[in-house]
Amino acid sequence: MPKDRKKQDIQRINNPKELEALREKLKRDRDKDRVRIRICMTGCRAHGAEEILKAFQEEVGKRKLDAEIVSTGCHGFCAQAPVLVVDPYGIFYGGVRPQDVPEIVSQTVEKGKPVEHLLYTDPRSGKTIAQASEIPFYKNQQKVVLRNCGEIDPTDMLQYIERDGYAALAKALTQMDPPGVVQEVLSSGLRGRGGAGFPTGRKWSFTAAASGGPKYMICNADEGDPGAFMDRAVLEGDPHAAIEGMTIAAYAIGASEGYVYVRAEYPIAVDHLKKALADAKAMGLLGENILGSGFSFHVKIKKGSGAFVCGEETALIASIEGKRGMPRPRPPFPAQSGVWGKPTSINNVETLANVPPIVLNGSKWYSGIGTESSRGTKVFALAGKVNNTGLVEVPMGITLKEVVFEVGGGIPDGRNFKAVQTGGPSGGCIPEEMLDLPVDYESLAKVGAIMGSGGMIVADDRTCMVDVSRFFMDFIQDESCGKCVPCRIGTKRMLEILIDICGGRGTVEDLQTLEDLAYSIKDTALCGLGQTAPNPVLTTLKYFRDEYLAHIEEGTCPAKVCKALIQYRIIPEACTGCGACLKACPTQAITGEKKEAHIIAQELCIKCGMCYSTCRFDAIEVE
Amino acid sequence: MSMQTGTADITALLEQYPPEEGQGALMGLLQDIQEQLGYLPVEALEAVSKYLKVPLSHIYGVISFYAQFSLVPRGKHIIKMCMGTACHIRGGQMVLDEIRSYLNLNGRDTTEDKLFSLEVVRCLGTCFLAPVMMIGNKYYGKLTTAKVRKILKSYQS
Repeated sequence: MPKDRKKQDIQRINNPKELEALREKLKRDRDKDRVRIRICMTGCRAHGAEEILKAFQEEVGKRKLDAEIVSTGCHGFCAQAPVLVVDPYGIFYGGVRPQDVPEIVSQTVEKGKPVEHLLYTDPRSGKTIAQASEIPFYKNQQKVVLRNCGEIDPTDMLQYIERDGYAALAKALTQMDPPGVVQEVLSSGLRGRGGAGFPTGRKWSFTAAASGGPKYMICNADEGDPGAFMDRAVLEGDPHAAIEGMTIAAYAIGASEGYVYVRAEYPIAVDHLKKALADAKAMGLLGENILGSGFSFHVKIKKGSGAFVCGEETALIASIEGKRGMPRPRPPFPAQSGVWGKPTSINNVETLANVPPIVLNGSKWYSGIGTESSRGTKVFALAGKVNNTGLVEVPMGITLKEVVFEVGGGIPDGRNFKAVQTGGPSGGCIPEEMLDLPVDYESLAKVGAIMGSGGMIVADDRTCMVDVSRFFMDFIQDESCGKCVPCRIGTKRMLEILIDICGGRGTVEDLQTLEDLAYSIKDTALCGLGQTAPNPVLTTLKYFRDEYLAHIEEGTCPAKVCKALIQYRIIPEACTGCGACLKACPTQAITGEKKEAHIIAQELCIKCGMCYSTCRFDAIEVE
Repeated sequence: MSMQTGTADITALLEQYPPEEGQGALMGLLQDIQEQLGYLPVEALEAVSKYLKVPLSHIYGVISFYAQFSLVPRGKHIIKMCMGTACHIRGGQMVLDEIRSYLNLNGRDTTEDKLFSLEVVRCLGTCFLAPVMMIGNKYYGKLTTAKVRKILKSYQS
């Protein structure tokens, strides 16, 4: 298949028959034995993926090889960036450097042989693994939402069509009526992936039943939770999945207009989305009279401008309308009165990306994945103190332990696991003794955390849970829109107490005050942001109370994070007098002759930790 | 930037939005103006107010609500330092402190030579790079204090 498809290939498709004919032609034209090099060109860009791409183009060109080089979206295994896979062999390479490329081309591309010394090494067995599908990180995953991420060039719509793209839309428009689509999604058990987990089919049925028009379909891509990047990966790596899901949703609820509200912090996602919308329109899969069905749907992009609260649906609506992004009380719900006061359905990117496979394969297939109350898969963004940071998609019901230790590969640097934080600032910290908890909406809620949008941050024994609480409260305080008193003032008071505890000025009574404030805010705040804001504090108070008490009663930070409670000291016996720390210290607090043990003047030390990270002899301790 | 060029530039941007969209076009227009001019000069806002028939007070309310809008000129390079959860627990604060001290910001957002502006953002969604920052549209990941100094230096020469 030619790398640069000619422009005339993007032609208007007038009916489902033409779409199927095109798909069959694309499949027929695909030479399954032809070498295909899939390079992640989204997240991996920050790790030099562009240089790798260039090196492959040069090397393949120089050797006059027949190979397709594809710039794909995220492969998920971000810890190994930059990553690529050479098909048809399925051989995975991570941490690739430009100088590795000639060898990969001469061995793998030309002869189909793995380059042993560049293969992924399983840290547990110490053995190399060639096949991507055999790597433990990938082995335990099940891809529905991320079905195309890392597989196709997201800017080439025909590659999406080749892999059954828009077949679900064609099926919905020609073989199902709108209530039938709503029913299918309802039966599948799909619940909102943005965090709250409301059944998607029910949300649609409310909007479909609402009177008045035009109706609006909104895709919520304002992925604001720190530590979450699932929606970014879908929009960057497979934007048509979200657009197709959105169009099916629009048909189901009777919407003719739509918006994608996307974070401005995601430039690649915005670019890919723009291209995808333009291509879909040119091919007649969006816009007027889609596939000759008479159904029309128009989509516009709205960019956010850096306000976390805009992920809340009523705040998002206000933002689209050009107002300050402040939530309002519900009811009326957006289903009755949304954008411009019209019936509106708002669904998250991941939710919508689930819709095409559900419509295509049927609700029975989908509800066969996951648990009784939580059907399907969930995409998590694994980050923090975990080996395999990246994006994973697992069936609901899998245990946290499997996610962190099997898929995630455990904790780096031989440290010990302390907690896993799910759901961002609205979620909670789950301790080690609860690692056997299955990942589903109810189980996580029961322990005080939430499923949330999918951020999963792992903390090790060097993470201070009081500091983590303070971090989230600082975040919430900063992002509170200020409309309601409990959130505006309550979170401020909670933050002040947490700052005091981290600074060694806390009292035991403070813990009671924290709890009282937390429950008052939970009960009285206007929107989800405020109502869930106390969760990180409440869960850490519940599971890591001893850490709070150590700060208060002993004046120590067990994880050695809180600056006011620690001291850096040089161990004279271990210090070689190399002078590295002396040079690194920004306040000249370190003195000492060459080749003799140095010392830190505590009154000058600002506890920046530079000496600690610079020392190669473990001669600096924190106490 | 002189007032005249500012207004001339904006006319082209305004025309991309039908005036009857009114308030609905406001955010997009403000984003476009800031992208072109680097900030939102008051003359431009007056033009927007007239064009969309939206009171200036409302426009000010919107600008002050969203973190990304700026009413003052910013530096040539915009540094977006991530302070999300993953960056926080992987030492982002130390990197942020280093940027501030290396650039002598002393509590300001923009350097005296107008080369850099620093924005602290809440998660760039690239947690596998933590701690991470962006300069313009380029990502810099797995930062240390030494690494960040080297990167900033490369923009200064």
